[in-house]
Amino acid sequence: MALLQISEPGMSPEPHQRRLAVGIDLGTTHSLVAALRSGAAEVLPDPLGRVLLPSVVRYLEDGRVEVGHVAWECASEDPLNTVVSVKRFMGRGIEDARRQRTAYDFVDAPGMVRLRTVAGERSPVEVSAEILRVLRERAEAALGGELAGAVITVPAYFDDAQRQATKDAARLAGLNVLRLLNEPTAAAIAYGLDHGAEGLYAVYDLGGGTFDISILRLSKGVFEVIATGGDTALGGDDFDRRLADWFVERNGLGELSPDDLRRVLKAARLAKESLSAQPEACIEVRLRDRGPISTPVTAGLLRSLTGDLLDRTLEGVRRALRDARLSVAEIAGVVMVGGATRMPQVREAVGALFSRPPLVDLDPDAVVALGAAVQADLLAGNPRADGDDWLLLDVIPLSLGLETMGGLVEKIVPRNATIPVARAQEFTTYKDGQTAMALHVVQGERELVADCRSLARFELRGIPPMAAGAARIRVSFQVDADGLLSVTAREQSQGIEASITVKPSYGLTDDEIARMLQESFGSAEVDMRARALREQQVDADRLLAATQGALDADGDLLDPAQRESITALMRALKACTAGDDARAIERAIDALAHGTEDFAARRMDRAVRDALAGRRVDEIG
Amino acid sequence: MDILNKSHFELLGLPERYGIDAGALQQAFRRLQSAVHPDRFVAAGATERRIAMQLATRANEAYRTLADPGRRAAYLCERHGAPLRAETNTAMPPAFLMQQMEWREMLEDARRASDRAALAGLAQRLCDHRDRLLDEIALAIDRDHDYPRAADAVRRWMFLDKFGAEVALAEDGLAA
Repeated sequence: MALLQISEPGMSPEPHQRRLAVGIDLGTTHSLVAALRSGAAEVLPDPLGRVLLPSVVRYLEDGRVEVGHVAWECASEDPLNTVVSVKRFMGRGIEDARRQRTAYDFVDAPGMVRLRTVAGERSPVEVSAEILRVLRERAEAALGGELAGAVITVPAYFDDAQRQATKDAARLAGLNVLRLLNEPTAAAIAYGLDHGAEGLYAVYDLGGGTFDISILRLSKGVFEVIATGGDTALGGDDFDRRLADWFVERNGLGELSPDDLRRVLKAARLAKESLSAQPEACIEVRLRDRGPISTPVTAGLLRSLTGDLLDRTLEGVRRALRDARLSVAEIAGVVMVGGATRMPQVREAVGALFSRPPLVDLDPDAVVALGAAVQADLLAGNPRADGDDWLLLDVIPLSLGLETMGGLVEKIVPRNATIPVARAQEFTTYKDGQTAMALHVVQGERELVADCRSLARFELRGIPPMAAGAARIRVSFQVDADGLLSVTAREQSQGIEASITVKPSYGLTDDEIARMLQESFGSAEVDMRARALREQQVDADRLLAATQGALDADGDLLDPAQRESITALMRALKACTAGDDARAIERAIDALAHGTEDFAARRMDRAVRDALAGRRVDEIG
Repeated sequence: MDILNKSHFELLGLPERYGIDAGALQQAFRRLQSAVHPDRFVAAGATERRIAMQLATRANEAYRTLADPGRRAAYLCERHGAPLRAETNTAMPPAFLMQQMEWREMLEDARRASDRAALAGLAQRLCDHRDRLLDEIALAIDRDHDYPRAADAVRRWMFLDKFGAEVALAEDGLAA
């Protein structure tokens, strides 16, 4: 007789076991991880009870890497090897990085800047991966198991390169990314679920290095993003820098060494934080050469030094309202997110713009991670309880377009289009007899290609020779629910086609990720093949469970022969999963997916009919 | 799948006409997305996820078209043999063009003088004018089934809509 199985204490047994999923807020100044525990989202602390992990990574000469509080302590002593605010360099070239006036030893590299440290050159992706790895380990220890996946938040206004860099960092940290979620959207989910809020809400998110504004329509069961906007190079850090610049000039300090600059910035940040609670504070610094300096500052001074920064955020708010075609009077509430919204002048200015006090009852540091955690649980496919079921309808933050003659951009999908979205437009040839067309996909709001971000290039060849302007080339853009873009160009008379799935060229290839993972685990201990097999087995189990669920719910749509052919494919897949041939499992998965195509289409038809007839959707799911 | 060939109205289960209940439209859209959105099928097979993406894309397109009065009217005109051809057909009645020029001058003057009251007044007049056009469109489509006449009115409405966006931009510019 087979032995009976007993589950671990605190773990519910199969098949009701929940897949472990976390939400991670990878912030400019600090990062957090949160998860759903016994139905409620909570942030997970480190062994010392601290939930905020400073987003600081220090590389040491002996090859060790310090992350978080320990590294932050050394930020001034070892400025070149201690990386702070790395988020500002994600997906950025050396020009953008230098503009930030930091002390690092930058190295130019194709696509993304790198930093020279005692441990060698490091890309911002690798630095971010160190932070994510610490959070993954923290979560696995707290939840008692391997993570099925994570939702990682990014500023809503991050472009494709910055998003791809974030995804790469997560993979490098051994995380399966379920979705990148926009930070203000995550906050709105947390707020909406917590307060049962309904109506139009704005989320004003001023973090350490980025500013986002999003406008959402919250209703029971559906959260709909209507417009989003922001500035990925504007945050609390910039307020610190203004105060620091003033301090340096006031005391006639001139050009500072990297470590002294770090000290001044740190002191400015502390003074800024004090000024949120009291009208006066001191910037106190002990510089290496000059000894201690103490300069009093007032809240009024901080206001006058940073007024234009605040105005820039308000301009972003107005643009988002314009995009949404809404007036401030229609907004039911403004949710404040991000540590920098603790500054009283920020709250006052936002309150004045919306003619109502902003909502500050959520912890502005934790709310983004909490929202990401509940979305992660949903995307992990865990069963939903009644009343705990909802859907997020998100938008693309930046317009997507194509380069046309003269270096101009023709927008195909405008910003704030709800995803998934598909749009197409016809183009034609420029010269007589032109047989090929170079397609250049760009992202951004500006009119000139040079001012937008290049996403991908591909060519359509084999166009039949015709007079200039006679050919009809239909270019279709499709953005899926994950924000992934694919572009297809099709010549209309002959049906010749070319297409590309857009992945920025500076994203890491799968091979590079695999190699870096191997290196980071030290030697060849990680067997990539074993990992691939396990992933296929998990996929197979999920597909089998999903198919069985479909048969149970909608089996009446099939005649006995159809049903038998599907169950035969299921038996074949089940047999494969017991073995250790990943490829065989993959083939059996494909066969089952293919064999259920017609069934899936019929189920979907029924789901749509039922939805419009007003039946509850969770009866269909 | 036959769903993909349905009209926007059929897809959302609404009667095909210009006059529309905004609340019912929003509700139908949410219900449809709740049934077909890819996030509902994270645990399903690749086939179902692909179909879900196609349907969710269609649902978004249908909602975008029907929620906006100009796009909704243009869609109805096209379905009834009177496409707008807004890019090639820019012929407008002379009186309408005269009024446009007058308003453009008012916008320039107000912008130069930073006159917020004048801008607000202009925005209000535009808004009233657009509302009158929408009434005309509603009558042309739902009562008279005169789609060419409706298409003419929609073209004018789109003109004003674009101009209205410029006025709003100018208003925000002064508020900053």
